[in-house]
Amino acid sequence: MAIDVARVRDSFPILDRQVDGHRLVYLDSAATSLTPEPVLAAMEHYYHWSRSNVNRGVYALAEEATDLYEGARSALAGFLDADPSGVVFTKNATEACNLVAYGHVRARLGPTDVLLSTVMEHHANLVPFIEAARALGAEIRHVPITTDGQLDLEAAAGLLADGRVTFAAFVHVSNVLGTINDVARLTRMVKDANDRAVVHVDGTQAAPHLPVSVRDLGVDTYAVTGHKMLGPTGIGALVARPEVLERMAPFLTGGDMIRDVTLTGATWNDIPHRFEAGTPMIAEAAGLAAAIEVLRGHGMDAVRAHERSFTGHLLDALGTVAGVTVHGPKDVDLRGGAVSFVLEGIHPHDVGAMLGSRGVCVRVGHHCAKPLLRCLDVSATTRASGYVYNDRDDLEPLVDGLEAAAAFFAR
Amino acid sequence: MSMEDLYQEIILDHYRKPKHRAPELEDEAVHVHHSNPLCGDEMDLRIRVVDDHLDAVVFDGEGCSISQASASAMTVAVTGRELKDALDLTEDFRRMMHGDEPARPDDLGDGIAFTGVARFPVRVKCALLGWMALRDAIETYERGASAHTVTHEE
Repeated sequence: MAIDVARVRDSFPILDRQVDGHRLVYLDSAATSLTPEPVLAAMEHYYHWSRSNVNRGVYALAEEATDLYEGARSALAGFLDADPSGVVFTKNATEACNLVAYGHVRARLGPTDVLLSTVMEHHANLVPFIEAARALGAEIRHVPITTDGQLDLEAAAGLLADGRVTFAAFVHVSNVLGTINDVARLTRMVKDANDRAVVHVDGTQAAPHLPVSVRDLGVDTYAVTGHKMLGPTGIGALVARPEVLERMAPFLTGGDMIRDVTLTGATWNDIPHRFEAGTPMIAEAAGLAAAIEVLRGHGMDAVRAHERSFTGHLLDALGTVAGVTVHGPKDVDLRGGAVSFVLEGIHPHDVGAMLGSRGVCVRVGHHCAKPLLRCLDVSATTRASGYVYNDRDDLEPLVDGLEAAAAFFAR
Repeated sequence: MSMEDLYQEIILDHYRKPKHRAPELEDEAVHVHHSNPLCGDEMDLRIRVVDDHLDAVVFDGEGCSISQASASAMTVAVTGRELKDALDLTEDFRRMMHGDEPARPDDLGDGIAFTGVARFPVRVKCALLGWMALRDAIETYERGASAHTVTHEE
């Protein structure tokens, strides 16, 4: 069923806000999504009714809290078609990527291993592995992009040809270009070249917008974050194949992740708890479960269809503004909802200031993807990105704001 | 946030018709290159020094209107000043960007138009880029060097 944006908007109280007398037009969901009422209610309910710690109490509240937390794990596993015992809650996707960098790459690989990355990565899925490679004295190779903003899979085949790549990390959907990468294909290429290779994917911009089956993608680990998929900040996850998680070394140590401790050492709890040291984010897990319920209520096919349609209108709208150049695929079948563009002769900070003064929220800057921006030969872009609460009514203020910026900053 | 609070007419004038914008300077004493990787701003600043005075100051670069306009206003405000005096004025501008009343409003010239930028913390570094490059150029000169490159992380 198609998404009824007017009804969806009713559950996002923030959208009633005015900014300096302007209707709020939120086009920055690639940075963080807005929060619907059911998510706020789920978090509030935990604090009002079941507030207690997880995994150790023997009273009703503690059992409820544990059920909430473990229920969220099952909900996320179901949402991504993965095994709940492979779902490790983290603070965000960045921490999930670091968990792989420390628990697998640094702990299990050595100087003769070769890492594969791409130039399209968000710093979160790049820096942990560059640093890990440096620490190991291992080589890291980067898949380039084609002129239309796709991963260059021919070049990737060349980089894999010697069979030395034992770890690959790449992004599912680019936060700058919007490109949807063929994760299943690149994963097969990596594993065909070396069947011991572990494949890690950054699903931050994919999980909120597309139906994702981690199982079908064939990847070993998949990082997601809650706050871009209608959930609260402060919770993300590493969704791993349990057998891969079993082989990983503990990253953070402390409470909850241990089985037994003596003064000289410790043994580790079962997965996934082995990777969740300390009291976790219980309210946030409840909020994330509610967000997943909202998304499942829409159906991820419908969410993707809406995004595809809205992004098409967004690209068309940008096409009407003189001097706008869009970076990334123009074909909506090949891209997600993040649309980066430059307005000729005007710095994105000035564009963003003009839009912001009219209630239009966009992201400006390098989007934590500096190597990619260097490839594109731009220092910064303006990025508009939609979600379930955006429709064509949001595009007129964007276009008007861009035209106002062009007039205001004309030299 | 109102566009008029941030972008005063004087700022837009400097942005549209920058003063002392040039890629080269004859008899330059120091050339510094400053960049702000967070927003991608790049600034080349060149000074010519005669008798401990800034005989000429030119800038070139890429960046938002605030950074380019502020550099332009800076060159006007400091050209002809004694090095020590220019450093003192730089400090006055820096303090103004952090919310203090400027001690030398008349000497800052058009630089005073940037007062409102202090209310937009993310843009303060833009307004400061040219001034920080100037301070570095003078300090580089005083060290007896002729070139310096600085990357601003914040």
